[in-house]
Amino acid sequence: MFDYAWLLFAFPALGALIILFLGPWLSQKIVGWIASLAVLSAFGVALALFASLYALPEEARSITITYWEWMTIANFSVPAAVLIDPLSIMMAIVVTGVGGLIHIYSIGYMDHEPRYQRFFFYLNFFILAMLILVMSNNFLGTFVGWEGVGLASYLLIGFWFAKRDDQYGWYADAGKKAFLVNRIGDAAYLLAMFIIWSSVGSLTYAVVEETAALLPTTTLVFITLLLLFAVSGKSAQFPLYVWLPEAMAGPTPVSALIHAATMVTAGVYLIVRTGHLWDLTPIVAQTVGWIGILTAFFAATLAIVQVDLKKILAYSTISQLGYMVAAAAVGAPGSAIFILVAHAFFKALLFLGAGSVMHATDGVIDVRRLGGLRHKMPQTYITFLIGAMALGGIPLLSGFWAKDAVLAGIAADGAFLIYSVGVVTALLTAIYSFRAVFLTFNGKPRDMHVYEHAHENKLIMVGPLWILAFFSITIGWFNTPFALAMEEFLSASTGHQEHVGLFLELVVVTISTIVSLFGLLYAWARYIRGEHWTLTLASWFAWLQPALDNKWYVDRVYDAVIVRPLAAVAGWFARVFDPKVIDGAVNAVGDVTVDAGEAVRKLQNGAIPTYAFSIFLGVVVVLIYFIFAG
Amino acid sequence: MNNASLELNIVALAPAASMVIFALLVMAVDVFARGTRTQPVRAATPWVALLGVLVTAGVCVWLLGQPVTTFQGMAILDRYSLGIAFVVLVAAGLSILVSARYIPRVNAQVGEYYALILLISAGMMMMGAATDLIVVFLALETFSLGLYILAGLRRSDAMSSEAAMKYFLLGAFASGFFVYGAALVYGATGATQFEQIAAMATNPATDLTFIYPGIALLIVGFGFKVSLVPFHMWTPDVYQGAPTPVTAFMSAATKAAAFAAFYRVFLVALPSQQAVWGPALATLAVLTMTLGNLAALRQSSLKRLLAYSSISHAGYILVGLAAGSIAGVEASLFYLLSYAFMNIGAFAVVTLLEKQGEMDADGARLRGLGQRKPLLAAVMAIFMFSLAGVPPFAGFFAKFFVFAAAVQGGMSWLAAIAMLNSAIGAYYYLRVTVVMYFNAPDAETVSEVKSNWPLNVGIGVALAFTILLGVFPSLWTTLMESGVVTALALR
Repeated sequence: MFDYAWLLFAFPALGALIILFLGPWLSQKIVGWIASLAVLSAFGVALALFASLYALPEEARSITITYWEWMTIANFSVPAAVLIDPLSIMMAIVVTGVGGLIHIYSIGYMDHEPRYQRFFFYLNFFILAMLILVMSNNFLGTFVGWEGVGLASYLLIGFWFAKRDDQYGWYADAGKKAFLVNRIGDAAYLLAMFIIWSSVGSLTYAVVEETAALLPTTTLVFITLLLLFAVSGKSAQFPLYVWLPEAMAGPTPVSALIHAATMVTAGVYLIVRTGHLWDLTPIVAQTVGWIGILTAFFAATLAIVQVDLKKILAYSTISQLGYMVAAAAVGAPGSAIFILVAHAFFKALLFLGAGSVMHATDGVIDVRRLGGLRHKMPQTYITFLIGAMALGGIPLLSGFWAKDAVLAGIAADGAFLIYSVGVVTALLTAIYSFRAVFLTFNGKPRDMHVYEHAHENKLIMVGPLWILAFFSITIGWFNTPFALAMEEFLSASTGHQEHVGLFLELVVVTISTIVSLFGLLYAWARYIRGEHWTLTLASWFAWLQPALDNKWYVDRVYDAVIVRPLAAVAGWFARVFDPKVIDGAVNAVGDVTVDAGEAVRKLQNGAIPTYAFSIFLGVVVVLIYFIFAG
Repeated sequence: MNNASLELNIVALAPAASMVIFALLVMAVDVFARGTRTQPVRAATPWVALLGVLVTAGVCVWLLGQPVTTFQGMAILDRYSLGIAFVVLVAAGLSILVSARYIPRVNAQVGEYYALILLISAGMMMMGAATDLIVVFLALETFSLGLYILAGLRRSDAMSSEAAMKYFLLGAFASGFFVYGAALVYGATGATQFEQIAAMATNPATDLTFIYPGIALLIVGFGFKVSLVPFHMWTPDVYQGAPTPVTAFMSAATKAAAFAAFYRVFLVALPSQQAVWGPALATLAVLTMTLGNLAALRQSSLKRLLAYSSISHAGYILVGLAAGSIAGVEASLFYLLSYAFMNIGAFAVVTLLEKQGEMDADGARLRGLGQRKPLLAAVMAIFMFSLAGVPPFAGFFAKFFVFAAAVQGGMSWLAAIAMLNSAIGAYYYLRVTVVMYFNAPDAETVSEVKSNWPLNVGIGVALAFTILLGVFPSLWTTLMESGVVTALALR
């Protein structure tokens, strides 16, 4: 079977090509099904690969297939090769499985979209890039996928570029922000790669893993710190998370696929894939653990106050990614992948549920205008509730086992402070999950106009919801505390995780159960019953309101520290450095000062003496340097 | 390699000679056409020139192999000089394709245009082959004088004439510095041949007082040609004023030629002073890429945008030299090649956006191009992504190799700054794609594109290699290493 691994890439590539060249002559339904079939076929290949891998003895479950020598320059060579091991195949299954369902859902969701060819082309391209990311056996191949998914994300966030509203401003700008923030992370990834190459001499994961222990600690710290930056860009962690909430400007299936289930988990994947590097740098790993858990906490506080259903889910995604990153860094990589898989299902479900609401209400997604929708959309309600229960960590659903595995793993590692922040976050998670459900589906309709128009969606949209709901419940059963099947399987890639003792496990499970049930109770009492004690409890935290309204001021700080100075510098250059600039069509960084010092303009406008003078000054400076340095 | 060798080895000059012969041929065809007033014959000039490029490329492939010196060590034919020759040929070939229907609209003197392109290319190839300061200077002037003429090709256009004038005056100024620098180096070492300079510079008996100002002035001379800040100010004006195919040619080929000699002078003749010039070049690289990028952020004219972009790319390429290693040289060579394809491709698209009688296009023309002309927009987007350094296009590996060389050479800080810069740079390349795809078309948008098949072929070739060099970057290295016909190469 492994000889046919290339089919994994061939199907989405073929789908994309067919849509690109034949799309204009095909109807929306046909294009949608071609795209979906391409991904489902890849899913089939992934399952077959999984079966073949599973049939092998545990120590043999790592297969490298080299296709060609990608590049050789000087003494440096990188193969174009895939690595098939439990980790990569698990990721591939999630990407193609959840991806396939979201493709099918999109056929219904995008039924009024005139530019559907483009949409499905982007989606297939995304799947292809994501598969390259997870299947490559070296840093460079992963980077190609990494940039590819970034590109797809940017194109899809700005898919409705001509739209503009109070929420997002110009939708195109949201895409731009995502792209640029990610470029910072990408630059860090590149630099990490260069350092690895110059110190190890190879970019292949296996070779790096073997030789990492021989590297000096400072080098390792540099590498992991840079990777941390890369991860925080792609997986929306502090300080680079700011793009994700705005990424919700994209169509909802995109939010589900790219900005919840798959692309944003690429950073987690990278940490797990390079786990040996983090094991060798416990200080950085601890830092990452803290960054992850604090991101989880702060994002959860913001999720509680959002009024846009998709934004609630967006902050929730950041928060859950925080758990994953923390677990991956703090010695529980198997649990990190477990929650990644579980999260992919229930978060995709929640996003698609939100999309279903949006589709039914003609785009209204503000929870202050919704309410009571369970009568109109019973199926969406039940599946959304299942998703929220999984997210909120209600016992026996997948989210419960996943969060429990993460928290137990962190506790077993001895990081009790991180663990306790994680528990508080779990409480907040339960509250905001059920707040979202109750405000949307329970109670009385707050906007009768919206309510009257709402209707349940067609099977093509509701079907995927049920399938995702099924897995949101059951996927956790593959990895319960006493039968860690998934983590056992993954351990061939991630290394054996410390086993959690029975006593500790019981304590953690008990606390998790209490916390999630209390969260449910609180949300029920407050948002359905409106009981007094809940308001009193909330009023204790009223002093946090301004900070929450301003998203902890992070965007403002960025604006003041980075955006404005850069705009000012660029503006200054436009005036002084290049007098001929005419700021016109293409919108620039900041506002335009049109009247830009007429005197300066006259002095410099193409004046040869000025240019010559500039050269002369340069000559003087260079001469002085060389005379003194020499 | 032996300096005492008195053999001429004239065959090592075959690439440049072949270009000159074809230049003469083009002129002959042109004269003949003038006599008979037959349009078909005159229309043949670009194809004769293109044939010259192809034949010369064949000669270069044939010559790949052992290095051969010529004229008693004044020039050399080695992998590096042939690599530069290939880059120049790529630039010349693509520019000829872009020019075929463009130049007749700008200037009736078609024949001299193509002859000049070939002669300039010959000079540029010699820049890559020169191993003597005097030859460098001769080659520098050969190609510069030709370029001054080409920049002012459209005599009726004030901007074009102004560009030519500016380029000429400032170029003469910079050449003066170059000669003075060469003279000082000669004064210090008593030699003009690179290997002899290197030998004298390491000889403890040599008084090196004059060598440092000499190096400084050489940097100024080269810095002007490759547009390093602060010797760059002519670049946007000249790029904007010159006819677009000429700009395309200049941007890629001049850079290749000037960097070629820059590298050889510093790495072969002056390696012992690297501790001094290394940091200076690194500083210039940082200045160049940063200021180039910042200035590009605000441009609305596409040609000025690409001009500032080319300044910042000069900064990136210089990183390879600052690294001062073989890896740095190989990386820069790959960079120059990739840059030729993607940048000329971008300029070729710009020619399609120009209106009758114009030689520049405003960014506004791109609004909604994704809807009006999906294919053209997609092609432009690929060139932009490649320039921004997004994989899997050629521009990514170009940056990758150069920055990796810097890290390997112990200059991680420089690589870090360069990468942050390319992150800033991504912004304005992205802006172009944003305007094409994320803006609605309006009255400004180009609705009719007057394309022609030579131009389409040119864009197609540029596009193909922009992608191909990204997916199979080893194509190039294999070509350079294998030396296909080594057995036939001359000893």
